[in-house]
Amino acid sequence: MIFDPVFIRLKALFLDLCARFFPEWVVMLASIVISAVVILVMGPVIMMYLTLLERKLLGRIQNRYGPNRVGIWGLLQPVADGIKMFIKEDIVPAHADKIIHLLAPVVTVVPSLMVFLVVPFGNGMTAVNLNIGILYFVAISSITTIPIFMGSWASRNKFSVLGGMRAAAQMISYEAPMTLAIVPVIMASQTLATATIVESQGGGFGMNWFIFTPWGLLGFIIYFFCAIAECNRPPFDLPEAESELIAGFHTEYSGMKFALFYMAEYMNAFTLSAIAVTLFLGGWQGPFLPSWIWFFGKTFLLVCVMIWFRGTFLRFRVDHLMGFAWKFLLPLSLINILIAGLWFLTPAIAAWALTAGLVVASFFVFVKLNKTFVPEKRTYVLAD
Amino acid sequence: MSGAGCGKEYGKFVKKSVPFFGWGVLCGLWVTLKNFITSYFRKPDEGGIFTVQYPEECLPDFEASRNFPFLVYDETPEKPRCVACGICERECPVKCIHVLMAKDENGKPLRRPAAFDIDYSLCMNCGNCEEVCPFNSIFMDHEHKIAAYDRKDLMRPMQKLLKSNSYFHSIRPRDAEAIDRAIKEAAEKKKAAVPAKPAPSPEAPKS
Repeated sequence: MIFDPVFIRLKALFLDLCARFFPEWVVMLASIVISAVVILVMGPVIMMYLTLLERKLLGRIQNRYGPNRVGIWGLLQPVADGIKMFIKEDIVPAHADKIIHLLAPVVTVVPSLMVFLVVPFGNGMTAVNLNIGILYFVAISSITTIPIFMGSWASRNKFSVLGGMRAAAQMISYEAPMTLAIVPVIMASQTLATATIVESQGGGFGMNWFIFTPWGLLGFIIYFFCAIAECNRPPFDLPEAESELIAGFHTEYSGMKFALFYMAEYMNAFTLSAIAVTLFLGGWQGPFLPSWIWFFGKTFLLVCVMIWFRGTFLRFRVDHLMGFAWKFLLPLSLINILIAGLWFLTPAIAAWALTAGLVVASFFVFVKLNKTFVPEKRTYVLAD
Repeated sequence: MSGAGCGKEYGKFVKKSVPFFGWGVLCGLWVTLKNFITSYFRKPDEGGIFTVQYPEECLPDFEASRNFPFLVYDETPEKPRCVACGICERECPVKCIHVLMAKDENGKPLRRPAAFDIDYSLCMNCGNCEEVCPFNSIFMDHEHKIAAYDRKDLMRPMQKLLKSNSYFHSIRPRDAEAIDRAIKEAAEKKKAAVPAKPAPSPEAPKS
């Protein structure tokens, strides 16, 4: 693999060059600044092109071309959108809480950028290899509820507040099954560090991914649904439901503030997919190709699935949404922890049969239990 | 076609049996995936993308479409059919036509226009001028891309308005042929009826 460590070598080369002319602390600083700048540039650039990708794929699903006027294949469309956002008027409602209204979009973007720190983009390409990486991710990504509620409350608009209320309810509900779906992975890899989790999925041509086990598949599905709900994407887009709430929590935002909300949403979609890849799809593990190509390929595949879901599904009803999280996903994720425990205690073939059977059985049991109670139709004898 | 097909297929899936919870969701995903893939190689009439990329490609021109008026000449632009009678000028509801009859040195009117201007920025495409013209000289065009940066550019002098009869045949073949036939019949009838007297009757038949 010549191309595998190409980015690491580039950084080392640059730092070597620095070390020749500058004292040691400058080299240290440069090392930090390089990683930070790469992440700070990559986040917005990924967001820009995710919007284009989304519009293109949605267009194809709906028998349209999508944007294709600005630049070849519309590749400069995000730039044009960015310029438009910059030169738009920034409107603040008269009775808004001005400071919090300004602060909310800023606070939204920061956590979604911070998650990039623990994403293992390739072999040895984690910006900060925290030994509590997954815990850090769970903690940081749950902050996003607060700025959304800040923005909705500060706008002093009933649509915004409704959206914010929904966002708070939804995101807190889906945090629980998401975190519980991660637990089996931590049990399997015996670590919280993202890079080590990926390494524990190596072996067997780098195809020993957790998704190829019954508990991994179930955990991945639970995690992925919760991830979509976490970043407010359809079919879980109740906080910004266009047809009901105008734009939900960002009804009163315009110009660059709105763009920051948008940016946070798309970066969240990317990082949540990236973490899903890290946890269940083997991260950068994979045969033949360089590790970072595997990682970005898998991540963009998951993002495409998110877009595909958006192009297909209708929005949930509020009570269905909450019921799905608390009555279906949460018990299923608890069962999944049990299944993962059984998987490690029983020998190989028995483990397969037992766990796969348990997954299917628990799925059907929870569907049965979740069946809505339809009362018998009453007939009034005296009515006729 | 694709929409109806998908709906039918989806109905078939759902009505038959629901093997497990979430089956309908998977059917929906299959429909969108199929539409996504087929959009790359299906033709518009088979359910592919039917967008017409406007400035580069256009929908075919309809013969019956009517836009802005133009003047027809028969052989050369120096011999327009128009005799500057001014009926269209009088009938125009928005007064966008201006006709001036040509005169010789003695002030005797010649039967052709010295100036014939139409202001396209005023014209409302009603087609009254075409209807009232007794000499079959003014017709509605198919040209619709007349956008200009200046209002003055929408002022059409006679040189720009004059278009050949063959152009008229190319855009509206049926109308043009009927009118050619009518003109020919009128000329023959006139020749047969009064061969000695050359005075023209102003009421030429109009199709």
